[in-house]
Amino acid sequence: MNADFILKVENLSKHFGGVKAVDNVSFKLTDGEFLGIIGPNGAGKTTLLNLITGFLKPDTGKVYYRRKNITGMQPHRICELGMARTLQMVRPFYNLPAFKNIIIPLCSPRALKYSGSKYGERDDIALDYLEEVGFERDTSVPYKPAGILPHGYVKRLELARALAMQPELLVLDELFSGMSMSEVASTMFIIERLRAKGITIIMVEHRIKELIRVADRLLLLNFGKKILEGTPKEVVNSKEAIEAYLGASEEVEQQ
Amino acid sequence: MSKQKTREFRRERIDRGIHVRSNDIFALSSWREIAYLALPRVLPMAALLIMPLILELAGNEYWAKVMVILAIMGIMAMSWDLLRMTGMFSLGQGLFFGLGSYVAASLNHYFQLPIYITIPIGTLGGAILSTVLLLGTLKLRGIYFAMITLAFPLLLIRAIQATNFLGGTEGVRAASFPNYWTIAYLAMFALLICFFGLRRLMNSDWGLVARAIGQDDIAVMASGINVMWRKIQVLFLASGIAAFAGTLMTHFLMYAGLSNFALEYSILPVASVVIGGSGNFAGAILGSSLLTLATEALRALGSLRIALYSLLMVLFALLVREGIFPYLQRRYHQFERRVSVD
Repeated sequence: MNADFILKVENLSKHFGGVKAVDNVSFKLTDGEFLGIIGPNGAGKTTLLNLITGFLKPDTGKVYYRRKNITGMQPHRICELGMARTLQMVRPFYNLPAFKNIIIPLCSPRALKYSGSKYGERDDIALDYLEEVGFERDTSVPYKPAGILPHGYVKRLELARALAMQPELLVLDELFSGMSMSEVASTMFIIERLRAKGITIIMVEHRIKELIRVADRLLLLNFGKKILEGTPKEVVNSKEAIEAYLGASEEVEQQ
Repeated sequence: MSKQKTREFRRERIDRGIHVRSNDIFALSSWREIAYLALPRVLPMAALLIMPLILELAGNEYWAKVMVILAIMGIMAMSWDLLRMTGMFSLGQGLFFGLGSYVAASLNHYFQLPIYITIPIGTLGGAILSTVLLLGTLKLRGIYFAMITLAFPLLLIRAIQATNFLGGTEGVRAASFPNYWTIAYLAMFALLICFFGLRRLMNSDWGLVARAIGQDDIAVMASGINVMWRKIQVLFLASGIAAFAGTLMTHFLMYAGLSNFALEYSILPVASVVIGGSGNFAGAILGSSLLTLATEALRALGSLRIALYSLLMVLFALLVREGIFPYLQRRYHQFERRVSVD
């Protein structure tokens, strides 16, 4: 059904003033693949995701989604094609109960096309999605205001928000940041399940230990440039990775 | 040491179980329960509907007219609250109001169209013109949007003054309503329809998305929703409501002039929601009613009125920050009693 790739990024560049946030990055992603993007702080990982998902317009370069040129397209149009993302800075709608947060993506054209839900049915569907990311349905957790949920729940709420759009390509921006070890473990389980369903995933992450467990390929970014691309083992043990991280090199060596 | 025989008391807060009372069959269990739920809703509505009747029959024409202005300003305040909920902090309600009134008055004066045609067309035309004028500013957020909306009505005042277009400083004459009852009850029912309609709308999923845009448009964008299109819809609705208020005012005062773009109409809705409490259209109506009544009641004081009026606003903004309506609502559902500690 699919073309030879689901996402193709060609020579993507973005400058902020004199700073090259993303510099001539290219990669391809086949259907069902799991790509991890790593790099030290300020390497341009989030900017790269913003360029792919339409939140920023690239200076040069092209992004193709299933052979369709989506460069500079509006975020909601890209979502409609089947690419959903989570935001690094989670921003739940604090006053709303957690499950009402999921109503918003359920009102998007893509969700309407796939779940065909009407006003009134959506609450149930929203609870289903929350259950999928580990909100216990029979407890009061899904009904609590999103603002008072623990951080780990808020992060998973963000994941559910992206899942509600029935993505074919899921872009996760530092989903694990700020999570406790046990929360990371339970979220890993959810991600592995998503992967088994055949969803293609791009994941930007600082927790490399968890990332190499699930990723098929890793992409190492530094100063906006693609330094290295390869299997997790290759990338993590490379001289370049250790150099890029420097301060964090200990953690890398442990792998 | 002998145990002293004094009873101690502590204050206990009682939640009157509003959830149980309103969601359950319990709400219908006694007249007292029904009254507890219904009276705070029915009494203000009844007051709004009866006041014009009483005042007009009592021959108090001045205060009867104030009731019409009260209803019109209530509609304006709700329109502003709707925009604010969607994250558009407008300081230009006067633009919508003025455009609506000018469209209605022009159609009436130049084309001799009757009132029942000029009001709908004025509403629609005002909404379309306002939306088109502000289309380019929708990308702006917060203070930038506020500044531009503030500038638009002032710009139109100067433009009309300079070009003498649409009567220039003279304004445009418009036909009046056949009698007091028509305008009074048209305005009052419009107020109530707007109120219940908007509340229903904002509690629907469409309203949920609109409110979410007000909190964080990036997250809504990441949810695959066309934020710009939603904002246009809300702007169209809100400006239509304010333009409708403008058409009513035009035919009520039999005139559309530069004063319809005045700062007063831009600021009063903001002040109303600040005083009354936002997020719940009842607060907007309460605030605008209080302000309209205070303005008229203090008119006898001359220019001191403005000082008192400002002082009142400052006091409310400082002391009842959540707004009068949320405060009253909270006090109504919760009260404290003294219980002995044994």
